[in-house]
Amino acid sequence: MRDQDTNFQAESPALEAWRMFRRNIPALIGVAMLSLIILATLYGSFFYGGDPFDIVWAPQEPPGMTPEFPLGTDYLGRDLVAGLLTGGGPTLAVGAAAAAITMGIGISMGALAGYYGGWVDNLLMRVTEFFQVLPALLFAMVLVTLFSPSLFTIAMAIGLVSWPQTARLTRAEFLKIKQLEYVTAARAIGARNKRIIWKVILPNALPPLIVSATLTVGVAILFEAGLSFLGLGDPNVMSWGLMIGSNREYILDAWWPVTFPGLAIFFTVFSVSLIGDGLNDAFNPKLRER
Amino acid sequence: MNTSFLLRRLGYGLLLMLGVVVLNFLLIRLAPGDPALVIAGEMGGATQEMLDSIREEYGLNKPVAVQLLLYIGNVLQGDLGESFFFNQPVSSLIAQRVLPTILLVITAQVLSIVIGVVLGVLAARKPNGVMSAFVSVFATIGYAVPVFWTGIMLVILFASIFPIFPVEGMQSVKLRDASGLVKALDILHHLVLPAFTLAVIYLAQYARLSRASMLEVLGSDYIRTARAKGASPRSVLFKHALRNAALPILTVAGLQFGNLISGALLVETVFNWPGMGRLAFESILRRDYPTIMGVLFFASGMVVVANILTDMSYRLADPRLRGKG
Repeated sequence: MRDQDTNFQAESPALEAWRMFRRNIPALIGVAMLSLIILATLYGSFFYGGDPFDIVWAPQEPPGMTPEFPLGTDYLGRDLVAGLLTGGGPTLAVGAAAAAITMGIGISMGALAGYYGGWVDNLLMRVTEFFQVLPALLFAMVLVTLFSPSLFTIAMAIGLVSWPQTARLTRAEFLKIKQLEYVTAARAIGARNKRIIWKVILPNALPPLIVSATLTVGVAILFEAGLSFLGLGDPNVMSWGLMIGSNREYILDAWWPVTFPGLAIFFTVFSVSLIGDGLNDAFNPKLRER
Repeated sequence: MNTSFLLRRLGYGLLLMLGVVVLNFLLIRLAPGDPALVIAGEMGGATQEMLDSIREEYGLNKPVAVQLLLYIGNVLQGDLGESFFFNQPVSSLIAQRVLPTILLVITAQVLSIVIGVVLGVLAARKPNGVMSAFVSVFATIGYAVPVFWTGIMLVILFASIFPIFPVEGMQSVKLRDASGLVKALDILHHLVLPAFTLAVIYLAQYARLSRASMLEVLGSDYIRTARAKGASPRSVLFKHALRNAALPILTVAGLQFGNLISGALLVETVFNWPGMGRLAFESILRRDYPTIMGVLFFASGMVVVANILTDMSYRLADPRLRGKG
């Protein structure tokens, strides 16, 4: 009897979520796809050498015509495979960094607003609303142009425009959780505010935040691609968005230099979103029927 | 609709706009380098005279607080500065570009809501049916496709394979002087692809959202009552259920507006649509800061107006909110 009790307690929510996630086939496909993409961008150029900026062949060689350049070349005669393999790095790095910045600002703002309430909440929510009024891409474009386009500036700009939704979500979770008994209990044993916020409430607010963080990575990748497409990325770093942007003028002569990088962006964000949906189902088994 | 609510909402909107003006000012100040040079644009072509006149106009030799007040004063008078590249006041540059953007954004918004809601409602009738699966897959795909890439693919498709829709600009050159109706049809013809491109992403989101919202409403007691009293399935679906499921859709539609403007920026660039997004892109390439700041100010203003309209329509749609402050 006792044994069974302890066994029952050992099933933590995280473990339960993992068991749900493990059985979710689309989510597993997402994990596999994303791992493959990350491995290819990390180690691909190790096996498939070549600087993506080097002009190696005749311009606009269609895919499948030359065995050395299986996906063909772009308008300058640069190898598309080399571009695709190296171009994923900055996109993924900026996506992850921007998502981290978004979550950092959003969770802090939302946690403080939701926990303290009153004028703190009022002030922080006004700031949040203000940032929601700014059209995100336009604001990011302004930031990147004013403060030189490095990968860091781009990640910062995307983070600065994306946090309001996370802040709202965190605030809603905090408002809900801070009324629960275990928070009162923590306060009763003399825990300070800082401890209650970060050690008591936040861990319990994590499930929706993890889902939102995953989706934020996807949005940030699309953002980075949009900025590079407009020519606002770091000009010295090859990226998928830049490949599409620089070949844009020639799309009617050659479809392949814009199609493949676009597919790469699509499959990356698609796999991220499959994982996000899978996590969402795993954390909210009740919602699965929807 | 009560007036004090509207007035308060408008006042708050103005406050937000003031915030945008202050932000613009801070950005110019925080940017590395001499603000006069920043304002003149980093083309290297700024003459000493030009710089002096900028310093004079923006009071750059005076204390920062005075500069800020001067800047706010200028904006209040409708003066968003002078574009040194286009050699025109920013406000008139934007005035030329604002209608195409509004046309594009509103068309895309209406398209995505109408088609999205219809798909969502059809899917909600059978939660495990083919339509539901289609909506889920479509929504996940729609979320993952870069909007500018969809645009480019459509340009390739319609420029070379099915040349039935124009892929560039807003009007045909030969029809520029045509009479009203012909001109309007020509613009609509040009609008099809950009509006569709912009609508696709949001359409998928609205379909998923309205499906979830309808499923929730369809499980409620009043729907069972409506069915029990013998209301036709169509009437239950569209009259009893959709009206109640519409509220979350309305909320999201309001929140999406800012994103829609961001998307329009990319779509306008792909299709050479002569709107504010295209203007922002051109002025950023030329580092024409007064124009960029003007576009940021104006686009934020559009979001503020859209938010106020959403709040108002929310009150119209939900009788429980009427009369409340």
